[in-house]
Amino acid sequence: MSQQPLSETLSFSETMGFKVVQPGLLTLVQDAGRFGHHRIGLTTGGPLDGQAFKWANRLLGNDNNASVLEVSVGGLVLLAQVDTWVVLTGAEMPFKIAGKECDRWHAHPIKAGDQLEVGFTTQGARAYLAVAGGFQVEHRFSSASTVTRENIGGLSGEKLKQGDHLKCHGVKPAQTLRLPENYRPDYSDQITLRVITGYQHDAFSDYQKRLFFSSEYKVSSRADRMGYRLEGPEIKPSIDGILSEGICHGAIQVPADGQPIVLLNDRQTIGGYPKIGSMISLDTARIAQMMPGARVSFEEITIDDAHNLHCLAHAHFERIKPESV
Amino acid sequence: MVDANGLQPVAPLDIQIAGENALIIYFGDKTSPDISDRVQQAVAVLQDQMGEHIIDLVPSYASLLVIYNLYLTDHLAVQHRIKTLLTHLTSSSILEDASTLESKVVALPAWYSEESGPDLAALAEGAGLSIDEVIQLHSAMEYRVYAIGFAPGFAYLGEVDARIAAPRLSTPRQKVPRGAIAIADRQTAVYPAVSPGGWNLIGLCPTRMFNPDADPTMPVQVGDRVRFEPISRDAFLELGGEIPEGIL
Repeated sequence: MSQQPLSETLSFSETMGFKVVQPGLLTLVQDAGRFGHHRIGLTTGGPLDGQAFKWANRLLGNDNNASVLEVSVGGLVLLAQVDTWVVLTGAEMPFKIAGKECDRWHAHPIKAGDQLEVGFTTQGARAYLAVAGGFQVEHRFSSASTVTRENIGGLSGEKLKQGDHLKCHGVKPAQTLRLPENYRPDYSDQITLRVITGYQHDAFSDYQKRLFFSSEYKVSSRADRMGYRLEGPEIKPSIDGILSEGICHGAIQVPADGQPIVLLNDRQTIGGYPKIGSMISLDTARIAQMMPGARVSFEEITIDDAHNLHCLAHAHFERIKPESV
Repeated sequence: MVDANGLQPVAPLDIQIAGENALIIYFGDKTSPDISDRVQQAVAVLQDQMGEHIIDLVPSYASLLVIYNLYLTDHLAVQHRIKTLLTHLTSSSILEDASTLESKVVALPAWYSEESGPDLAALAEGAGLSIDEVIQLHSAMEYRVYAIGFAPGFAYLGEVDARIAAPRLSTPRQKVPRGAIAIADRQTAVYPAVSPGGWNLIGLCPTRMFNPDADPTMPVQVGDRVRFEPISRDAFLELGGEIPEGIL
């Protein structure tokens, strides 16, 4: 891909923003996602945990599509070159500003010269670091979201590297808030994930469905932003493949080896493996917070339940009043 | 089937739940140009009529995935709207519109060999054919672009001769190289970028199937025709093809 040389795009505002001292295992620029481009095969990208992402922007009063950093597992160190405000939400990664331990889910002022450290997670897998006004990243196909598989979005279609520069305007945040502890999510391992049966669910016998919904599965080491491959009792549909068709977020496909794969933000847009149904987005946000080895089980819900849960979660989000900092 | 008025009746729409904010409409269960035309027609109508309620549409061979905005509407309303909009489409109007669709023929160079196609020998053996016969059958056909998806620029082409159809691998490869020409059932395609994939690899194509900085971003679009023209290893390299690491 012919990208403009970094020096050209960055030269005018070298001092406004953050320098990447240490990129961490996998740190990606994400906004709400890339929508409306499935026709040429572009996937959505966007935050794996949409809930923690929304809170990160809200606690600073940012636009809800503002670009943040999704930090997987941890290990990110940034050097601030501007006075501004930041917030860290999501997985439990120790957060330090200028060497001082700081509360997460809580807006903090920072000064030029401060070092920001996001340590390794003790619970959960993805944290979201937002800055007042959002990181200023060029949109490709109407979004800043990084999809490394497509080499699109972010700074150069890739994860953050040491020495990268993240631009931001040193703006005063619209608000500076903290979310009270009792509203913060618990990223514990043992959870039940809700699934709407759909797609080719008729190709799975009652026995196969019961097996799926009553068994425990383990998150395998092949779990990434494309999909979480699970290990457990083999599920066998009566068909091997189908005419390739559109795959929605959360779809659970079962290849011939019988091990289900939950398809997430960087999934392929079309595929030909049979699908038993789809996980609701509130719960894809939860599974994406799990590390390999975590155990999960599934619960079948109706599409109406799914709609209700979605609307309730939205209403709760709107009604919770974070405290001013 | 033709009714008393000489009109071909349209099959009732099969609409299934796909996910929390997605429905999938099935127009049939096989690959055919007529069904593909109906899918394209539905895309045009829904896009035009459903406006902001639609987040995205994913057309494929015989289905259309409709992703809707759950903050603005719900599955019952979307289903009702789809039925209202699409049942009025008669076969004749579809054919009229389809004939106006632009389509071009695109030639893609193809280096077929055991070196460039690690599954070629196994596919030939499974089919009871020689490798040359497989190559001959694959390059003899003019294919239609039925869908684009899976990855940016991944064009699903159909249909390959039934004799060289082959099921997907039971465990997908973690890494398929860019340019890999592949077969799954009666579908064929060229991988536009390195990605995981479960298709049978039979050769390499030097043409870039997706370039985000080019206009257009892809050499083909849905409805176009594609032919594969066999080339040598040297010609592949001359055309800018790169030999991928790790599959040879």
